[in-house]
Amino acid sequence: MSDETGKKAPFSLPIGPIHPALKEPILFTFKVNGEKIEDLDFAPGKAHRGIEWMGMRRNPVQISHLTDRICGICGVSHTLAFCRAVEQIAGIEVPVRAHYIRTIIAEYERIQSHLLWAGVAAHELGFDTLFHLAWRVREESMDVIELLTGNRVNYGIVQVGGVRRDITPDQLPAVERSLSYYEGLFGRMLELFLEDRTIAMRCRDCGVLFREDALKLGTVGPTSRASGLVMDVRYDSPYAAYGDVDFEPVMPEQYRGEAVGDVYDRIVVRVLEVEQSISIIRQCLAMMPEGAVTFEPKIPKLLGLLKKAEGEALGRVEAPRGECLHYVRMNKADAPEAWKVKASTYSNQLSWLEILRGEQVADIPIIVASIDPCMSCTDRVALLRPDGATVVTGEYLHRLSVEKTRRLMP
Amino acid sequence: MIPWLEEAGMVALITVAVTVYAVILGLLMLGIDRKLSARMQSRVGPPIRQPFRDMFKLFCKENIVPEHAVAWIFNAAPLVALASAVTVLLYIPAGSIVLPIFGESGDLILVMYLLTVPALALVAGGFASGSPYATVGAQREMVTMIAYELPLAIAIIALAWRLSAAGIANPFSIAVVAGVGTRTTIWDVVGPFGVVGCLILLLVLVWVTPAELSRVPCDTPEAETELAGGVIVEYSGRNLALLTAAQGVKSVAMAGLAVALFLPWNPSWYYSLAPATAMAVDFVFYLVKITAVLFISVSVIRVSMARFRITQVVSLYWGYLGLAGLIGLALIVADVVTGAGAVV
Repeated sequence: MSDETGKKAPFSLPIGPIHPALKEPILFTFKVNGEKIEDLDFAPGKAHRGIEWMGMRRNPVQISHLTDRICGICGVSHTLAFCRAVEQIAGIEVPVRAHYIRTIIAEYERIQSHLLWAGVAAHELGFDTLFHLAWRVREESMDVIELLTGNRVNYGIVQVGGVRRDITPDQLPAVERSLSYYEGLFGRMLELFLEDRTIAMRCRDCGVLFREDALKLGTVGPTSRASGLVMDVRYDSPYAAYGDVDFEPVMPEQYRGEAVGDVYDRIVVRVLEVEQSISIIRQCLAMMPEGAVTFEPKIPKLLGLLKKAEGEALGRVEAPRGECLHYVRMNKADAPEAWKVKASTYSNQLSWLEILRGEQVADIPIIVASIDPCMSCTDRVALLRPDGATVVTGEYLHRLSVEKTRRLMP
Repeated sequence: MIPWLEEAGMVALITVAVTVYAVILGLLMLGIDRKLSARMQSRVGPPIRQPFRDMFKLFCKENIVPEHAVAWIFNAAPLVALASAVTVLLYIPAGSIVLPIFGESGDLILVMYLLTVPALALVAGGFASGSPYATVGAQREMVTMIAYELPLAIAIIALAWRLSAAGIANPFSIAVVAGVGTRTTIWDVVGPFGVVGCLILLLVLVWVTPAELSRVPCDTPEAETELAGGVIVEYSGRNLALLTAAQGVKSVAMAGLAVALFLPWNPSWYYSLAPATAMAVDFVFYLVKITAVLFISVSVIRVSMARFRITQVVSLYWGYLGLAGLIGLALIVADVVTGAGAVV
């Protein structure tokens, strides 16, 4: 125990790397005075697995199975972002039907991710009944995902050039059943999550992220939308079939009349997005054309094409947690020359410093969970010798890039 | 045989018997609570005997005392908690069984004090654990204790005062309040105002129970997701087993108190039964009553709410429940002033 950990205020309260409030390892250190958080710091990097390193030694078809495994929840988002980047580099035209199937699976993924999050959030608040109910309801979407892709978790359906399985007519009744199940349940979910008194007591005006801060910190996804920033990759730069679908980004104003940016607003956005996903899936099912589901079913031929590809591209996708970005550079080789993953939590995590400071110890779990963090998506580095670590500031990095730009363009 | 030694031996024997009975009943109540709340959450839930298995398992496990702990306080706390919870049970009648060991020397005020001892022991144990989680938890436990004392005291004192106003002698005695022998309950002496007042106070007591027992929504001192167990985070093995037992016994004691104060009726008052049968029937009915009280005040409340922040606990108990208690008290005063109700 260090000197600061004594009984004198402010004492330091470590949360993590393993703690019931955290679903994945990360270390928070809070300076606490009584019940109030005076200052905090966090150290990610506890779930680093070197996936990018593995990827640089594999071809894009193999990588698409690695990207499925970056995150257990948003497997489709990562794979889709990666495949979009590779398709752009190689000039692959994805069949329209594949676009629709990708959209349908991505939206089912959003439903199950948001319901999983809702259950976790309820548990963080000590509301275990809601946690059990939310996770039971989530099973319906997991079942449909299993029916459509063959897997509950690492779906393995998106592939460079299209998807690996078609949606067959005999699967449609089950899909329809799940959609009407969620539609019938939606009013009840609104009531349980948004009209419950204790949830409102705990979540309103708690962990507020103001609009300017959300913008300044570069937050994405439901976190930024809850703070009143109208941004959604699906809407701003449509990909897959989103261009054909009629929808608007979900904003807390739709339910509450204003965007406060508190934990409650983040719940509002996620619960309403479940409804939006149902509507998007319905539209996709109605508009989906017949045709092939992949650009090139023969993998060796596809690999031959990819081996000739040269260039770099960014693939952006709106994952359930926010924008998921993959950068790929290929240079006429089996494996990509560079591959960088920036998951949504990477953009959102710095908002923790803003929204946790000044709050109460009791609110740590729900505020930490409110940005729906995914550490295994985020961690790209592990610090083996923390003693020798130096802190690199934003100004320093900016100076370096200015210097490099000057060197490149004299 | 020396008379006082014989008496002391008797007391010791009864205390041991009551301890065994209390622990078994307490664990049973915890098991029932777990099963019922699981059913309400559409889960299967553990079998009712699960707390007994847990207890057995904990006794088999290593008892770790943290390096930074003050060992003797840390180890004494679970024992004190269990002993004081059992002591409360010695004073509370179970059906028509009133334990004679302390004679007339215990009353409601003593029970109120004894009920705070397990919480105080936990606070001491928490601070002695030398863990920041336990420290925060112990601070919260203290605040919670201060918060629920006021409504609890109002409920108990208002009741006893009403009984004394009705001309009942020795109104703070639990046997008198529970109508043992006299078959007179609070409901027999109050008028219309008093009935409303008593119902409000009963509601207050139902709400004090989760705080007293550190259950959701008032489990802030233990708060699994925030403090990973808070006051009890460092406890393991035998000590944790004793704390679990104390928790069970405390549940029975709180429910027993509510039954003695507000629901003291026994079947033997209304049906003539042989003494032994009457005692057995009354006891079974008592078990049904405490199960019902715990179901409403622990299981139902805990499955239907989220956890409060500590500030919300204080404002709920001092603000809303304190106010409700005072309204109940005022109604009972009005009852006496208007002269409604019976005088015994």
